[in-house]
Amino acid sequence: MSTPALRVENVSKMYRLGEVGTGSLSHDLNRAWARLRGRPDPYALVGAVNDRASEGTRDFVWALRDINFEVGQGDIVGIIGRNGAGKSTLLKLLSRVTAPTEGSIYINGRIASLLEVGTGFHPDLTGRENIFLNGAILGMSKQEIRSRFDEIVEFSGCAKYIDTPVKRYSSGMHVRLAFAVAAHLETDILIVDEVLAVGDAEFQQKCLGKMKDLSTKGHRTVLFVSHNMAAVRQLCPRSILMNQGTVVNSGETNAIIEQYMTLGSTAARIVTWPKEQAPGSEGVSLRGIYVKNHLGQTEGALGSDEDILVEVDYELDAPRGDLRVGISLFNSEGTLILISSDYEAGGSGAIRPEGRHSSTVRIPGHMLLDGKYTVGVGIETPRIQDFVSGETCAFEIDEMVHDGWGPKHAVRMPGVIHPSLEWTASQASE
Amino acid sequence: MTETDKIATGLPATQADVQWTRVIQPQRGLFSVPLAEIWAYRDLLLLLVRRDFVALYKQTVLGPIWFVIQPVMMTIVFTIVFGNIANISTDGVPHTVFYLAGITMWTFFADAFTKTSETFIINANIFGKVYFPRVIVPLSVVLSGLLKFAVQFTILVGFVAYFAATTEIVRPNWAVLLLPVLLLMMGTLGLSLGMIISALTTKYRDLRFLMQFGVQLLMYATPVIYPVSSLPEAYRVYILANPITPIVETFRYAFVGRGDFDPMHLAYSGGVILALLILATVIFNQVEKNFMDTV
Repeated sequence: MSTPALRVENVSKMYRLGEVGTGSLSHDLNRAWARLRGRPDPYALVGAVNDRASEGTRDFVWALRDINFEVGQGDIVGIIGRNGAGKSTLLKLLSRVTAPTEGSIYINGRIASLLEVGTGFHPDLTGRENIFLNGAILGMSKQEIRSRFDEIVEFSGCAKYIDTPVKRYSSGMHVRLAFAVAAHLETDILIVDEVLAVGDAEFQQKCLGKMKDLSTKGHRTVLFVSHNMAAVRQLCPRSILMNQGTVVNSGETNAIIEQYMTLGSTAARIVTWPKEQAPGSEGVSLRGIYVKNHLGQTEGALGSDEDILVEVDYELDAPRGDLRVGISLFNSEGTLILISSDYEAGGSGAIRPEGRHSSTVRIPGHMLLDGKYTVGVGIETPRIQDFVSGETCAFEIDEMVHDGWGPKHAVRMPGVIHPSLEWTASQASE
Repeated sequence: MTETDKIATGLPATQADVQWTRVIQPQRGLFSVPLAEIWAYRDLLLLLVRRDFVALYKQTVLGPIWFVIQPVMMTIVFTIVFGNIANISTDGVPHTVFYLAGITMWTFFADAFTKTSETFIINANIFGKVYFPRVIVPLSVVLSGLLKFAVQFTILVGFVAYFAATTEIVRPNWAVLLLPVLLLMMGTLGLSLGMIISALTTKYRDLRFLMQFGVQLLMYATPVIYPVSSLPEAYRVYILANPITPIVETFRYAFVGRGDFDPMHLAYSGGVILALLILATVIFNQVEKNFMDTV
């Protein structure tokens, strides 16, 4: 039995919404008064569940609510969830950047976080000086850093520039150096949040490899938060799925990722919103996503040989030009299969009048593998503003192909897509 | 979900069978100071001091000489404005050395105070990413200030030596031995006030505006450009109520030979500083854990 490295018990975290202004002083005084009398925080009672889409009617929100889990020593655990699910808040609590509102966290051993690499790098100091400073900020002693200095420099691949101020570094070198310092930390538990968003593919693989090494050889515990499902799958045998500030499920990574991909979607391939709750901003609101078969039906099986229609239904409160409605298609492993936008319809620069609109894209048959898919919808003015992003609808393509005799089961193919390609076969002439 | 998920172990573990090295809970004791932790991070403290120093000189031509230029220029201006134009008494002490002594001690306090008061806002970026005892940063600020003081102090010693040799009035005496005590008091005072302000500014930025001119006003409430002995009786009690007054006066008495040196005044000052230090610890502890949510 492995001993636990970390236990989180009934942890909740409340945030105050809106601006801190003149009202905050009177709230503080009320709270202090309540505490003096031994009463609970009067504002803690009114916290609402954290749901970004619906406008909060309350001033306080629970970013985390009754989180419980335990991680054993030497495990690598992935934490996944949509934006706003509470992942980063949880990591902040674990790394003691901020304290929980309720509950306790038990930690066995030294803990260090890699919430954002390069924390505390001073642009005017050289790489060498920053290694020491950054290491010390992360909790290493001078002695420890000195003994690992060569290793760190070698891992970063910045040996040539080690006596140059880091402000002259490229952003890639910056990240390499920073990750190198953190990866050589003498800690028992390492918290990693989205460090792989930067750096080239080769370095990303190096980082993943290093983290895996830390766990298997160094017997360290790693908590890894990422939106990169491929990285989570590669690194973490087990994962925790979070949604709206709670732990939805935990367990074997593949199953968790599959659940994540279909999170919040129903079996019917329709997602709609009433006007008041519709996601969106600035008078652009998403009213519905429909995944239809080639006959326009949203029920029944989708065959892998049929065209699939994705209809995005939205509403404009005022005329708008230069709008794009886009979709992104993910498979159940979280791999992005394709993105596309209604720019391809032509004339997207034209003003779209006030009122209801819909954009429909046809995904041809004989292209996707059977399996579960999630389609994400976004509405934006390119490079200027996102009005809607990350709203999803899930659907499943059955193992069916239709031939002249009716539907029949097909054999599941390996790979990501399975398009029908043109082949020629000929016998070589002698 | 109320039941604890056994993510990795898959086995039930009870509280009793594990020795946890750390427990994170909503509140910490008001008076607790994580001394052991501060000690563990001592290397960080020294590196931050070093950073403050090294980074300051990068890309400057004169480097550390700037530390000297500032008090010397101030002394020259004070000598002209307050000494020669306004003709404020300096107790018979040569203007230059009188002002320089006051400025040297005052700058140490003012720097410690203003820089500490910005602790949370300036370092929000680092504090938001990684944990270390927050008090390390204000401590490093005061230590850097002490180094700066050392540089400026050598200039003062030079002036004192010159005037001691050429005049009858400037006479350093045994009280110079009190210097470490004076510095400790001044540093602690700057640290405490700065920590109180920094803790409050995380939420109420109003205090930043107050700080900008508050420190300047405070200088006039401290005998930097005038001696306590020249004060009208009616004002004297107010100026003496300022805990900085006895420190500056003692410092001047020790090195220049003139000043209001009274152990009781110094003891009063020490009492106020101790009270402020306790208050600062309480407020800082309150804010430290959650300031990231409001800053």
